[in-house]
Amino acid sequence: MPAGTERPILLQGNEACARGAIEAGVRFFAGYPITPSSEIAEILAEALPAVGGKFIQMEDEIASMAAVIGASLTGVKAMTATSGPGFSLKQENIGYAAMAEVPCLIVDVQRTGPSTGLPTSPAQGDVMQARWGTHGDHPVIVMTPSSVREVFTLTVESVNWSERLRTPVILLMDEVVAHMRENVVLPSVTELGLWERKRPSVPPGDPGFLPYAAGPDDVPPMADFGGGYRYHVTGLHHDVRGYPIHEGAEAGELVLRLVRKIERHAAELQRVEWVRGTGERGPRPPAGWPGNASRATVVVSYGSTARSAEAACELARRSGREAILLRLVTLWPFPDAALQEAARLVADRGEILVVEMNLGQVSREAARAAAGRVPVRHFGHVNGELVTPAEIAAEIMRAGGER
Amino acid sequence: MAPAGMAGIDEGLLYSMLRVDRFPHIWCPGCGHGIVLSALVRALGGKIAAGAVDPAKVVIVSGIGCAARAAGYLNFDGVHTTHGRAIAFATGIKLARPELKVIVISGDGDLAAIGGNHFIHAARRNIGLTVVCFNNSIYGMTSGQYSPMTPKEAKATTAPYGHIERPFDLCELALACGATYVARGAAYFAAKLTDYIAGGLDHEGFAFIEAVCGCPTYYGRRNGMSRGVDMLRWQKEHAVSLSRVDRAAPEELAGKFVVGVFRDVNEPEYTREYERIIRLARQQAAGEGK
Repeated sequence: MPAGTERPILLQGNEACARGAIEAGVRFFAGYPITPSSEIAEILAEALPAVGGKFIQMEDEIASMAAVIGASLTGVKAMTATSGPGFSLKQENIGYAAMAEVPCLIVDVQRTGPSTGLPTSPAQGDVMQARWGTHGDHPVIVMTPSSVREVFTLTVESVNWSERLRTPVILLMDEVVAHMRENVVLPSVTELGLWERKRPSVPPGDPGFLPYAAGPDDVPPMADFGGGYRYHVTGLHHDVRGYPIHEGAEAGELVLRLVRKIERHAAELQRVEWVRGTGERGPRPPAGWPGNASRATVVVSYGSTARSAEAACELARRSGREAILLRLVTLWPFPDAALQEAARLVADRGEILVVEMNLGQVSREAARAAAGRVPVRHFGHVNGELVTPAEIAAEIMRAGGER
Repeated sequence: MAPAGMAGIDEGLLYSMLRVDRFPHIWCPGCGHGIVLSALVRALGGKIAAGAVDPAKVVIVSGIGCAARAAGYLNFDGVHTTHGRAIAFATGIKLARPELKVIVISGDGDLAAIGGNHFIHAARRNIGLTVVCFNNSIYGMTSGQYSPMTPKEAKATTAPYGHIERPFDLCELALACGATYVARGAAYFAAKLTDYIAGGLDHEGFAFIEAVCGCPTYYGRRNGMSRGVDMLRWQKEHAVSLSRVDRAAPEELAGKFVVGVFRDVNEPEYTREYERIIRLARQQAAGEGK
């Protein structure tokens, strides 16, 4: 597979994910068949050995998460892909990866739940599972693409963050993004940049080697298994030597450090895109928006739903209502600052309308971030159907908040 | 006379394999786990002394339970994983880096109950892991609940009226799943156990060694064997050598367990097979490039 493309190619979301993984340097995949993510496994079963990588279809979802962590401990970039039911099963070992600080990428292609639900229909019901699915306090990074091209770039970036911060990263796709085909020009990885995990600066056998001693960045260097460092890894609370410890200050500090190492990069991680119906898009809202409009709405959305929301904002504008899309690229850590900005923009003249294919998962976070400065309303459904631009436009028009 | 498994191994080497700063260990007085760990250390030490195994390339993988704590006492790269999942983690390690010597330590609850699925599939794949099951027929760490290896009629905290389930024969299970090296020993026969583990370490494919051992605290006390020595005596009196099984009458074998090497055959090992896949995929990719 070529690095980057010069001419547009027709690509499916799941294909873009597999390509991105190879480009990011992923050389190990373990998974279990599940709709609508199976194409990622199928493509990597073919592509990985061709680049000297390894693919294995494990006996279950739990085992595939475990194998990914095992592979990563040997110094190999590793990933898995699944959907809701499988994502639930992987949660214990995702927590293990967070606690033992083992880099790995988990792709969850969301389908309608709960339970087996609607296996071939889209949903965005795993936002909170991605955040809190494993037990105990822990940090997490979750990114969510809206287009096939972005599936590619976020796959590379997710692997990068995972390696850089020694943490599991979740790429939260939805069935539509995973299965839609778009004409895309893929960037090269030289454009995107690649990160490798930090390795120990001391040689194997150095008595000063402490596998879980972090520097000022709160990320301990990671030695490859088989490299001669002979160190212990556990999911129990542990000291800087990696040995189990009991309750107390040291135990608390470990979890605080895990959280801190992500929070240090919150500003860089909390990515959003502001999209005006005219096609203007950027990391900041367009200057001057919403001008002297008496009523204005910030529509907050993500994933495939954001595509409908973008069209809806244009429909609303044509009907005389000022609306702009705030598309979330990162879900966790939650982009509070962008939501606060949204609240400021529509203060005393409008509302924040959160559109998502669930019964209100991001909307509650949005309300928390907006902290009562403006009304935050949720719109969405859980019937396995996409939210259409017309539905969203009608919701925008329903909003009150006239100045 | 030193047991066979100890012959020729320098004591300094044996100690270098243990994290003595982690002692005292968590195991109760009379627990059989120390004997099984010792057999593993001697078997592995023998391979290291002979230059057959590079200690830098050894990875110890364990799950959750009393036995699983052994990973923390062994001075190698080690990963103390989630309950039941040791073999699944080990599969990832071995496939990612086939040059590593990957040893799995698992209790009977960890391996045969919550981890049963991984056990049967790793055996089926014939992936090159050496799996040692510390079988004490009970969940010790959680204080004595019945495991898939608890004998029928035995008492456990969750079988206060006597156990009604039949236990697995783990070696028969491994054999049925295609394991290419299968052996059973017991803590009482420590030297033999060492030899069985050594055989598993030499083996290229999936090697399974069941080590029968005692938990006086949570199994023995409820079942008339409150001291470690009672449990060792039980092993001595109930073990039947594989070489004697054919000649033994069925009633002689009732309630007994068979020790010995049940299978030691060479069949294609999984990661070797995968190397063939890599060659094929590369050839095809090169062909397409032309």
